[in-house]
Amino acid sequence: MERVLIKQGAEGKLYSSEFYGKPCIVKERFTKSYRHPALDKSLTTQRMKAEARALLRCRMSGIECPALYMVDIESRCIIMERVLNSVTVREYTRTLQEKDDAKNLLSLAKQIGEVLGRLHSNNIIHGDLTTSNMLIKGYGENSRIILIDFGLSYFDSVAEDKGVDLYVLERAFLSTHPNTEALFQVILDTYKDNNKTGAEDVMKKLEEIRMRGRKRTMVG
Amino acid sequence: MVIAIGFEGSANKLGIGIIQDGVVLSNPRHTYITPPGEGFLPRDTAKHHREHALDILQAALQEAKITPEQIDVVCYTKGPGMGAPLISTAVVARTVAQLWKKPIVAVNHCIGHIEMGRLITGAVNPTVLYVSGGNTQVISYSEKRYRIFGETIDIAVGNCLDRFARVLKLSNDPSPGYNIEQLAKKGEKFLELPYAVKGMDVSFSGLLSFIEERAPVLIKKGEYTPADLCMSLQETIFAMLVEITERAMAHCCSQEVLIVGGVGCNKHLQDMMRKMAEERDAVLYATDERFCIDNGAMIAQAGLEMFKCGMTSPLDDTFCTQRYRTDEVLVKWRD
Repeated sequence: MERVLIKQGAEGKLYSSEFYGKPCIVKERFTKSYRHPALDKSLTTQRMKAEARALLRCRMSGIECPALYMVDIESRCIIMERVLNSVTVREYTRTLQEKDDAKNLLSLAKQIGEVLGRLHSNNIIHGDLTTSNMLIKGYGENSRIILIDFGLSYFDSVAEDKGVDLYVLERAFLSTHPNTEALFQVILDTYKDNNKTGAEDVMKKLEEIRMRGRKRTMVG
Repeated sequence: MVIAIGFEGSANKLGIGIIQDGVVLSNPRHTYITPPGEGFLPRDTAKHHREHALDILQAALQEAKITPEQIDVVCYTKGPGMGAPLISTAVVARTVAQLWKKPIVAVNHCIGHIEMGRLITGAVNPTVLYVSGGNTQVISYSEKRYRIFGETIDIAVGNCLDRFARVLKLSNDPSPGYNIEQLAKKGEKFLELPYAVKGMDVSFSGLLSFIEERAPVLIKKGEYTPADLCMSLQETIFAMLVEITERAMAHCCSQEVLIVGGVGCNKHLQDMMRKMAEERDAVLYATDERFCIDNGAMIAQAGLEMFKCGMTSPLDDTFCTQRYRTDEVLVKWRD
């Protein structure tokens, strides 16, 4: 099968190809020569397993993500559905910001909050939430969010881990898209509505983690 | 022609450097070194700085072959850092500024590292990995701020290395990290350690407790040598750092990476980062111990940029602060 390199992410190389006639993405976690071989092997196996497990669990919970086609530990490849006609939420947010489209930014934030609320109420921790790791299909009211890149994910019901997940997103969101504090608050508010049982504890933890976060700059 | 003098004393190094329009005229430094198994305490470190301030200042002026009249601006580290050493150094800067009747610029320590790294290496808009005894941050510039994309959520990487060096009772001369780096070269057997990466953030405290607890036992039983453990520690924590840097580069679509801070002069970390960069057709920029480790010239360089934009501080505002985030500074001198 012909493979075309489309992107080199932090985890590996992404190729566009076809899997039995269906458009697919081949994600190859190639050997990272900078890592100790023992460490590299252990991390790669861990992450491939984590990604496959989370993709399945998301689909079972009604959270949109690419369909998993095949896992090949030997060649370090995961083959999954290629989501057609989609852009990353990072690009989409930039476009909306350039157009000053407050209405659609607001509905985007609500959509993100809703997906994350559902993700966490199913005890899935993504581990690397950024706007680059969310795809969006369609535009404005008719759009849907698809989560990708589950290599660092795991399952846990603890509020601390969910808090860290949101903290990671908050930092990535605010540093990638400056002056969006109000928008991030909308994400959190919608998150609370979609994760009724646990959101209160998670918000408390998030507050705690933010305080921890500031401490580090003390000594230089 | 603008000449700036910079005073740095936020940790255990006292450095005074003089810069003239991007050229380092002098950059002497004196390090407070504690006995093996001990860290440096604020009060003793401040005493060290006070004792050496005048000698280092004299050396800086002599080596640069300039007189105080030729200096245009006095720069000092406002923070972040340890309170007592910061203040002892700021007092010297304030005193000479008033004696010589020169304006003062208060500089953020982290910004000093970044600007020095950019000056020395010529990197234009790199993703920056800032690693030292007190800081671990992945930084990228956008819209007038150095924005923090990832950082440690507990202790700094240098702190982790220093504390492990104390367990092994390694010498603090020239630095604990340097001695771990040398010993690690002889390591052969890899011990798998907890690996904690959370998106673009890292955590070292769990890993440190794990190895602190097991090291004495493993060495006593003869299963691992101190060299094996140093190698395993370096391999693990540096892989974490390279990974979060790569993630930030992928996220920001960046093709340049710059390592700054004391841990940045570790050759093995530089080699690992270079391999990662080559695998994605990016370029690594790094400097050696003269400019990676805290020094006065870096404060002069950042101060010089600020001075040119009119960012001087009135005497009443020339205080110090232990907490001072990299992204608090408005970077007026970049587009």
